Amino acid sequence: MRRIVVGAHYGLRDWLAQRITAVIMALYTLLVGAMLLKNAPFTYPAWKELFAQGWMRVATLLFAASLAWHAWVGVRDILMDYIKPDGLRLTLQVMTVLLLAAYVGWTIQILWR
Amino acid sequence: MASASAKKIRPKYLSLPALLFEIRLPVPGWVSILHRISGALLFFPFVAWLLYLLDSSLSSESAFEHMKGYLALPLVKLGALVFIWAYCHHFCAGIRYLLLDLDLGVDLQTARLTSWIVIVAGLALTAIFGARLW
Repeated sequence: MRRIVVGAHYGLRDWLAQRITAVIMALYTLLVGAMLLKNAPFTYPAWKELFAQGWMRVATLLFAASLAWHAWVGVRDILMDYIKPDGLRLTLQVMTVLLLAAYVGWTIQILWR
Repeated sequence: MASASAKKIRPKYLSLPALLFEIRLPVPGWVSILHRISGALLFFPFVAWLLYLLDSSLSSESAFEHMKGYLALPLVKLGALVFIWAYCHHFCAGIRYLLLDLDLGVDLQTARLTSWIVIVAGLALTAIFGARLW
């Protein structure tokens, strides 16, 4: 197979990772969504208390990490479909990685302030 | 660096009017392109926006109250509605793809039915959560 720098990893890994991270995010969505609907912690003390709990911080970080990996595979697929010039595609891929890394860093900063 | 694009020239019929009025996507095709569009929107700008909201709302009591006022603005509510639709559609369509990967619902009739279910469920969930927001 002819492999190209701005292509994908030519294996099962990305495909599988995208699905596993999707399941992790779906579970987080159902759990946290149900909790928000049930307890409605929409006052400042309750909101602060929710994100002060260890499990919530770790679960949210897991969500953010899953999102970064999931979105990397997805956005790269989009770029490979529509952006044909190699240089431009590589630039956009690098920007995607940087933005996703920034999202994770920002999440950590918010959770462990 | 090797070129990523195929060099072979193939005939194409993809003018804008053709895309808009002549090429008809089947329902599973609509689910697919909407999955892609909603995913792209979630990647940017919605994750950034959500992190901004979370950051501000957790920073202080006055910032929290300020965020409540911000979320009450009509234009912000409209943005939130688009976000809710993108999330719900991406969620429902994603579950459909996971099932398809497990070889469930692959035959044409079922695939069309589940496509309609995904589109309607996405809109219905948007209406339900949107109503709570308003």
